Amino acid sequence: MTKKKLTPEEVVKYLKDEFKTKIKDVKIVKRKSGSKKNESKYIWMKVDKSVFKQAIKHLCKLQFPHLAVASGNDLDKTIELIYHFTLNYDQRLDEIVLNISVELPKSDPTIDTISDIIPGALITEREKMEMLGVKIDGIPDDRRVFVPEDIPVGVYPWRKDKTGPDKFYKNLHEVKK
Amino acid sequence: MNQKATTKTTYHIPIGPIHPALKEPVYFEFELAGERIVDVNVKLGHVHRGIEWAGMRRNPIQVLYLAERICGICSYCHPAAFALAVEAAADIQVPERAEYLRVIQGELERICSHMLWAGVAAHEIGFDTVLYLTWQIRERALDLTEYLTGNRVTKAIMMIGGIRRDITSDMLPRIKKDMLYFKDNFEKLRHVFLDDKTVKMRSQGAGILTKDDAIKLCAVGPTTRASGVKKDVRVGESYFAYGDLDMKCITPKDLTGTVNGDVYDRIIQRLLEVKQAIELIEECIDKMPSGDIVAEPKIPKLLSQLKKTNGEGVGRHEAPRGEVIHYVKLDGKSECPYTWKVRAPTYNNILPWIPMLMGEQIADIPIVAASTDPCMSCTNRVAVVSSGRKYELTKEQLHNLSIEKTRRLMK
Repeated sequence: MTKKKLTPEEVVKYLKDEFKTKIKDVKIVKRKSGSKKNESKYIWMKVDKSVFKQAIKHLCKLQFPHLAVASGNDLDKTIELIYHFTLNYDQRLDEIVLNISVELPKSDPTIDTISDIIPGALITEREKMEMLGVKIDGIPDDRRVFVPEDIPVGVYPWRKDKTGPDKFYKNLHEVKK
Repeated sequence: MNQKATTKTTYHIPIGPIHPALKEPVYFEFELAGERIVDVNVKLGHVHRGIEWAGMRRNPIQVLYLAERICGICSYCHPAAFALAVEAAADIQVPERAEYLRVIQGELERICSHMLWAGVAAHEIGFDTVLYLTWQIRERALDLTEYLTGNRVTKAIMMIGGIRRDITSDMLPRIKKDMLYFKDNFEKLRHVFLDDKTVKMRSQGAGILTKDDAIKLCAVGPTTRASGVKKDVRVGESYFAYGDLDMKCITPKDLTGTVNGDVYDRIIQRLLEVKQAIELIEECIDKMPSGDIVAEPKIPKLLSQLKKTNGEGVGRHEAPRGEVIHYVKLDGKSECPYTWKVRAPTYNNILPWIPMLMGEQIADIPIVAASTDPCMSCTNRVAVVSSGRKYELTKEQLHNLSIEKTRRLMK
C-alpha cells in the first residue's frame, strides 16, 4: 500500500487516463463542516460494465481501497450497483470516498466478482445477488445471506418491478388464514 | 467457507442462532479436530426485518426514528449517518453549534457502548466482579444521556440539518462532574484489565487478526484498529466537528508499543477509545460556539425541500463498533427516499471472525466472538453432534467451559 497522499483530482485522472470514455459522469463533491470548514471529499463516477473489474484492479495498483459496501438501485430499465470505496483512510482529514457505479441491463444483470481482489467484498456481493437479482460471475459462495430460505427464488426485495416482493404484502385480506 | 465433507477426525458443532456472546442471532458452524477449530461457517439474517424496505415507504423524518431502532446500542449512529447522507444529497449546511453537540452525543454513546462491552468481555471469561464494576460506570453514562436527551437508550436527538436539544450552560457542571468520574474510574479499569494476570492469560494470543487480513477483509472500527490499521472515520473525514478537534487515530501501539491483533489488543483499544471519548467531550464543551442548533426548524418546510431534491448522498459515522455508512437516493418526485442502504459495522466484521477463530478452542469462542462486538444475548443452547451421538450444550455449559479454562490456566 502506497503512503502517497492522493487528491480526488489525481484519483479521477488516474482512472480516466486508463479507461477514457468508459468512465462517465465524474463528479467531485466537497462538503465543509465544523468551525474550521475542513473539507470532506467524495468522488462519484459511472464505470462501464465491460471495464469494471479492470478498473478495480487498476485502482488497487494505486492504493488498496477499503470497500465499505455496495448499494444498489432499481432504475426501471437497468440495475445500478454502487461500490463505496474509501481511499487514504489512514491520513488525517484526507480520506476520499470513491463511489463507483455500474449499470447493468435487466435482461442480463451479470457482473464479475471482485471478491478475488478484495476478499472482504464477499458478503456484500452475496447480498446484492439475493436483494437485486444480480448475477455475480465467479463468486466462490453464492448462498443467501439475509433473505430467509422460504422466500421463493426469483423474488428480489429491492426490485421495484414484477420481481419485487409486492405480492407478499399486498392484499393481505386475500391470504388464506 | 464452504462446508467440507466430515472426515473421521473432525466433527461439526453448530452454535447459534442464539449465541452466548453476541447480541444479534448469528449461526456458526464449526468444524473441529479435537478441541481445535479448523473451519468456520457463518450464517446471518435471523433478524433481518426489512428496515430498508420499510424506510423507502416513509418520509426522511420518519426514517430517522426507524433508523434509530436498527440497533439498541448504536441508536445514535444510524440516524446520524442517515442525516449526513440526506444532508449531502440535499446540500444542507448544519449550524456550527449543532456539529459540536453531535460530537458530544456520539462520544457519550461510545462510552456507554464500550463500557457495556468491557463488562461482557469480563463476564465471558468468568470475571463477574468486573462486569458489575463496568456496568456501574455505564449506568452513570446512561444517566448523563438521559439528562442530556431525555431518554436512556433511543435518544431521538438527531434531526436532519442539526440536532433537537441544546446543551445549556446550566447543564455544563453536571457534564464536567461526570467526565471527572469517568476519568477516575478509567484508571481503575485500566489497572483491572491491563495488569490482571487472568485477563492476560485468556486474551493474549487469542483470536489473532493480522493487519493484512484486516485490510483485505475490510474490517472496521476497534477490530481493525487493534490490528494496527489506522482506519477511523472521525480522523479521516471532516464531518460533524471532528475536523476541528485535536485527535489522532489510536492503536494499541500507543500504549504497549506493539500490535498483536489479539483479544487483549482489542481490550486495550476500546479502553483507550473511552479515554479519547472523554477528552473529546471536554474539548467540545470548551470550544463549542454559540448559535442555532438546527438549519431548518420548520419540519414541513424541510420535508418539502427534501421532496424536491433530486440527488444521492453517502453518510458515514464512526460508531462504537466501526464505520457505519448509509446511502440515500432522493428522486425529486416522492417524499420517500428512492433507495436507502444501511451498512452497520458488524456487517464488515463478520468475515474477520473466520481467521480469528481458526485454530482456537471451543472454550475461546465466547471471548473471541465477543471481542469484535460488544453485546450478548441470553438463553441459548448449542447442539453438539459427534459420531452419531447428539447432545446439547446449554449457554451456561458453554460459558462454564470458558470459566473452567480460566481456572485451569490459573493453576
